[in-house]
Amino acid sequence: MIDNLPYIAVGLFVGLGVYTLMYKKNLIKIAIGVCLIENGVNLFLITLGYRKGAIAPIYTMAPSGQSMVLPTPQALTLTSIVIGIATTALILSVAMMIYKHYGTLDTDEVRRLRG
Amino acid sequence: MSILLNNSPILILALPLLAAFLIPLISRINKKTVGIFAVFVLLISLVLTILLAVKIISVGPQVYVFGAKSSSLTLPTGLKIPIRIMFQIDAMGIFMGLITAMVSFLGAVYSLAFIRKREGMDKFYSLLLLLTVGMFGMEFTGDLFNLFVFLEIASIASVALIAYRGTDFGEPAEAGFKYMIVSTISALFVLFAIGIFYGEYDLLNIAALANMIKYSQLDKIALALLLSVFAMKSGAVPMHMWTPDAYSEAPAPITMILVAASQASLYALFRIIFSLYNVHMNTLAVGWIIIIFGVLSMFIGVTMAIVQKDIKRLMAYHAVSQTGYMLLGVGVGLAVLSNPIALKDYGITAFEGGIFHIMNHAMYKGLLFLTAGALFFRTGTRNLNKMGGLAHSMKYTTIFFIVGAAAIAGLPPFNGFASKLLIYESVYKFNPLLSIIAMVVSILTLASFVKVFHSAFLGPKLPQFKDVQEVPRSMVFSMAILSCIIIVFGLFPDLIVKNLVHPAVMALVEQVKYTGTVLGGM
Repeated sequence: MIDNLPYIAVGLFVGLGVYTLMYKKNLIKIAIGVCLIENGVNLFLITLGYRKGAIAPIYTMAPSGQSMVLPTPQALTLTSIVIGIATTALILSVAMMIYKHYGTLDTDEVRRLRG
Repeated sequence: MSILLNNSPILILALPLLAAFLIPLISRINKKTVGIFAVFVLLISLVLTILLAVKIISVGPQVYVFGAKSSSLTLPTGLKIPIRIMFQIDAMGIFMGLITAMVSFLGAVYSLAFIRKREGMDKFYSLLLLLTVGMFGMEFTGDLFNLFVFLEIASIASVALIAYRGTDFGEPAEAGFKYMIVSTISALFVLFAIGIFYGEYDLLNIAALANMIKYSQLDKIALALLLSVFAMKSGAVPMHMWTPDAYSEAPAPITMILVAASQASLYALFRIIFSLYNVHMNTLAVGWIIIIFGVLSMFIGVTMAIVQKDIKRLMAYHAVSQTGYMLLGVGVGLAVLSNPIALKDYGITAFEGGIFHIMNHAMYKGLLFLTAGALFFRTGTRNLNKMGGLAHSMKYTTIFFIVGAAAIAGLPPFNGFASKLLIYESVYKFNPLLSIIAMVVSILTLASFVKVFHSAFLGPKLPQFKDVQEVPRSMVFSMAILSCIIIVFGLFPDLIVKNLVHPAVMALVEQVKYTGTVLGGM
C-alpha cells in the first residue's frame, strides 16, 4: 500500500488537473490545471525509475554492489520540466494578450470565435 | 557530396534549426534579408529531402544513429536492444517528409510578400523554421520520447504563429490559447503513455518496443491514450473544436503549414498503430473506431462548412472533413489487416487511397488557403458576403482557386479525384454504406465551393474593390507551383501511387520491415 502511494498521488494530480480544465472558467486557473497534469506525469516518470534503498546514478561516486535508481526517467523528466516551463510561459503570455483585448479572463466572455 | 547525402537525415532538421536561431542575429544587420535567408534554408532542406527520398525508394529504409561510430550502427556490439537515439526513415516517413518540405518552402516564399508587418519579421521566420523542424522530427524519429519532444516543438511554434497577430487583435490570441491547451494536454498524455511503455518494457525505441509488445491491459490503456490524443491533434470530430479557430485566425501561409502539422500527428497515429501494435491488437475493433472517427469527421465537417460566411473558417471545416477521408481509407485497411484475402482484395487499395489523400490534401488545401489569403491580402476582409466580382481584377488567383476547388470536390482530372476514387471503390467492397456517405460528402463539398466561387469571384465589379490588383509575384509563384503539382498528380496518379504511395503503405502494413531495420533480420 505504502509503495503505491506515489501512484495514487499521480492519479490525484492528473484527476484534479482534468477537473480544473473542465469546470473552471478563469484562464489563469486553466493554466494551473495544465501545470497540475504536468506535475502528475513528471511524478509518474520519476516513480517508475525509483528503486528502494538505491543511490543516485553517478558511477564515479558509487560504492560497488549497491543498486542505483534508473537514470533514464530522470533525464526524461528533466526534459519534460524544461518543456513545461516553455508551455506555461506561452499559455500565460497568450492569456495576457487576451486580457488586453477582451478586458476579462472569463471563458464565457472570451467567445468571439464560434459557429 | 556523399557525406552530404549520408548525413542528410540530420541535415534536413539541423539546417532549419540552426537558421531559426541565426535569424534574430541576421535581422540585427539587415532586416530585409531575413525572409530570403529562411526561403534559402528551406530550399536546401527540400532538395535534401528529395535526394533522401530517391535513396529510400531505391535502396530501402535508412537509419541514422546519433553518437555511434557509424550512423547505421543500430545495435552496439553484444547488445540485443538499441540504446542510442536514432532517426529511422522508411518510405512512409519520407512520404510525409516530402509534404512537410514542400509546404514549408512554399509557405515561406508566400510569406515574403504576405507578411507586411515589418517589426517581428525575424520572430515570424524563426518560428516558421522551428515548426518545420518539429514536423520533420516527428516524421523521422524512431524513438518515442523524441516524438514527444518534437511534438512539443511543433506545438509551441505553431501556437506562437497562430497568435502572431494577437498583439493587434483579440481573436488570434483566443485561437492560440485554445490550441495551446489542446496541444499541451495531448503532449502530456503522450508522455504518460510513454511512461507506461517504459515502465513495462524499459524501452523507448519504437522498433524494439514493437518486438516486445504483449498487448497487456496497460498496453491497451496506452493505445487508448495515444489514439485519442493523436486523433485530437489531427482534428478529427468530436475533438475538432480547435481546428476552425486556429486555421482561420493564423496567417494564410501558416495555415497551410498547420494543415501539414496536423497531418504529422496523423502520421504519428498511423506509426503507433501499425509499427508498434499492428496485428498484436484487435484490428477489427480499432479499425472500426478509426472508421467512425472518419465518417463523423467527413459528415459533420462538411455540414458545418456549408453554413460558414468566413472564407477561411469554411475551408477549415473542409479540412476536418477531408481528414475524415484519410481516416476512413486507413481505417478500412486496418479493419481487414488480419484477414489476408480481404487485405489483398481491397485493403491495400483502401490504404493507398487514404495515404495518397494525405499528400493530395496537403497540396490542394494549401492552395485553397493561399487563395483565401490572397483575397484577404487585397480586400482586407474574410467575409464572403462583403466580397464580389474579384475575378475581374485577380485573374491568376481565380484560376488557382478553380483548380483547388475542383481538386477538393474530387473532379477529374485533378488529384483529389484519384485518391477519392481509390477510397470509394475499396470501401464499397468493405461496406457500401460508408462509400455512399463519402460520395455524398464529396457532393456537399462541391456545393459549398460553388457558393464560395460565386460570392467571391463572380458578379459585377464592386466599387469598393476597384483598385484591387493581382497579388505580388512571390504569392503567385507559390500558388502556381501547388497548382502544377495538383494537375500533374491528377494526370499521372499511377506513377505516384506506384513509386511513392505503395511503398509507404507496405512500410506501414509489414511491421517486420520496420523492426527489422533496427534489430537485424528478425
